[in-house]
Amino acid sequence: MSTSFDFEKPIADLQQQIDKVKQVADKTKVDMSATLAELNGKVEEAKQQVYNNLTGWQRVQISRHPDRPQTFDYVSMMCDDFLELHGDRTVKDDKAIVGGFATIAGQSVMIIGHQKGKNTKERQYRNFGMANPEGYRKALRLMKLAEKFNKPVITLIDTMGAYPGLEAEERGQGEAIARNLLEMSVLKVPILSFIIGEGASGGALGIGVGDKVYMLENSWYSVISPESCSSILWRSWDYKEQAAEKLKLTSGDMFANKLIDGVIPEPLGGAHQDPKYMADVVKEQILKDLKTLSKKKIDDLVNARIEKFCSMGVVEE
Amino acid sequence: MAWFKREKKGIITTTEEKKEAPDGLWNKCPNCKKPLHYTEQVENKYVCHYCNYHLRIGSKEYFSILFDNNEFTELFGNLKSGDPLHFEDTKKYTERLEDSYKKTGLNDAIRAAQGKVNGIDMVIACMDFSFIGGSMGSVVGEKIARSIDHCIKKKLPFLMISKSGGARMMEAAFSLMQMAKTSAKLALLSKAGIPYVSLLTDPTTGGVTASYAMLGDINIAEPGALIGFAGPRVIKETIKKELPKGFQTAEFVLEHGFLDFIVDRRHLKSKLSAFLRMVE
Ligand SMILES: [Zn+2]
Repeated sequence: MSTSFDFEKPIADLQQQIDKVKQVADKTKVDMSATLAELNGKVEEAKQQVYNNLTGWQRVQISRHPDRPQTFDYVSMMCDDFLELHGDRTVKDDKAIVGGFATIAGQSVMIIGHQKGKNTKERQYRNFGMANPEGYRKALRLMKLAEKFNKPVITLIDTMGAYPGLEAEERGQGEAIARNLLEMSVLKVPILSFIIGEGASGGALGIGVGDKVYMLENSWYSVISPESCSSILWRSWDYKEQAAEKLKLTSGDMFANKLIDGVIPEPLGGAHQDPKYMADVVKEQILKDLKTLSKKKIDDLVNARIEKFCSMGVVEE
Repeated sequence: MAWFKREKKGIITTTEEKKEAPDGLWNKCPNCKKPLHYTEQVENKYVCHYCNYHLRIGSKEYFSILFDNNEFTELFGNLKSGDPLHFEDTKKYTERLEDSYKKTGLNDAIRAAQGKVNGIDMVIACMDFSFIGGSMGSVVGEKIARSIDHCIKKKLPFLMISKSGGARMMEAAFSLMQMAKTSAKLALLSKAGIPYVSLLTDPTTGGVTASYAMLGDINIAEPGALIGFAGPRVIKETIKKELPKGFQTAEFVLEHGFLDFIVDRRHLKSKLSAFLRMVE
């Protein structure tokens, strides 16, 4: 394990014990298999105990694991072919939102997603997955291209938010996101959206108006990050755990509140434990949905999409 | 249907207004600090006649400025917020709502109404900043959605007056989805060929800017209004530099191409009706 979290300590401790026992066994040539079997059983127990009782904040931490698969990982693991397309045709090519035509099991699709970057250098290059307006406008251009050629759109969402910078404001961050919300709601091809990591606010929703919206089990999705929520509502950074609970930002809560269409189970401990398996599960869901959605009349699909988002909200009258 | 509620005519002095004008006669212009008599404020559409500062006003004042003889029919006035998440920070959301009902006399951060503007029948939805910072929760989203449906059904132009700090955190993802909801409805309004004017007033930020406020056939704003996606404090912390003077003002946003024009509140009604006549 490269990066582990505080709450994974019971597991890490047992793993350490196992490593020690193995070393001793190697040195002394004494048969320790019974001890090892017992310890392995305990590790499994500890894993179940920890991972089946994750708090909101713990899931937020898993969603940010440095080894968690990102858009390009899914593209390379799910797609037979990928042709990356660049630029918004107005200002520049945003590096935080990437996209292009791809083939999945022989079918052409448009894949668009946030790319946070995997190491310090790439993270800076990708602006940590925080897009400027050009990112949203590139995404819209690619969606319109998909619409023109009648290809479904798949979006993979993983962002701490749209970039809150000076140039972003000058070039209309708000307008760019708003335009995407409007255009996506009436786009005449099927749209599948997956929250693969972090889903913060308008920066996530800006490519997330899908016919089907799924969250990976340990991803989070809300109007604000738990840290910012803590700082605004509690006027302190110390309430992020409480904020994570109160925001009901986990996949389970979001599904229970009917704000997403489904939860994609992750390997025990998180997607980073087995990226290939994770990509297979996502791919399977994509193929299943493309099959059903492609049978629908496009007007019915668009109406159902609008109706779905318009039914969200709780009011009393 | 209990959707329609008659609004009493004329300007009513609520507790909120009394607070603004402690002795009921005058209060100070927040900009130039000169005393403004209440009757002068009403006459000047709540614009300081010394420095042209646009005082922050709510739906009651905007309706009185825009609707002919202050006559209008309120729409969906009975909508109130639920508490789907049982949210609690330093205070329970339900308590915050109760306090706001008492303090403002409003049911949420938005009111919608149908009436005539220089003879043109239309719907105006207007946000109230005094209600939890004009934050957008389910009621704001739902009232805008229903107002748009109403406009499509009756073929009426729509004016949205935004004044908001953004999404209402106590409704978390429910409030986020109001952005998608209102934008989807505006797509339908646009398809129906119905004019939509978005007026951005001080302040318009966050999720409101990133949805209906920026989607007008024309986007217009009041002078000096703060308009942006991210708040100035967040941007300052991110870029670790002082923000340039005039950053995120209506004038700045106009200069960068996201507004059609800035309108003095005293000319709002005539410009609005002129536009609607031209696209009729
Ligand atoms: Zn003044």
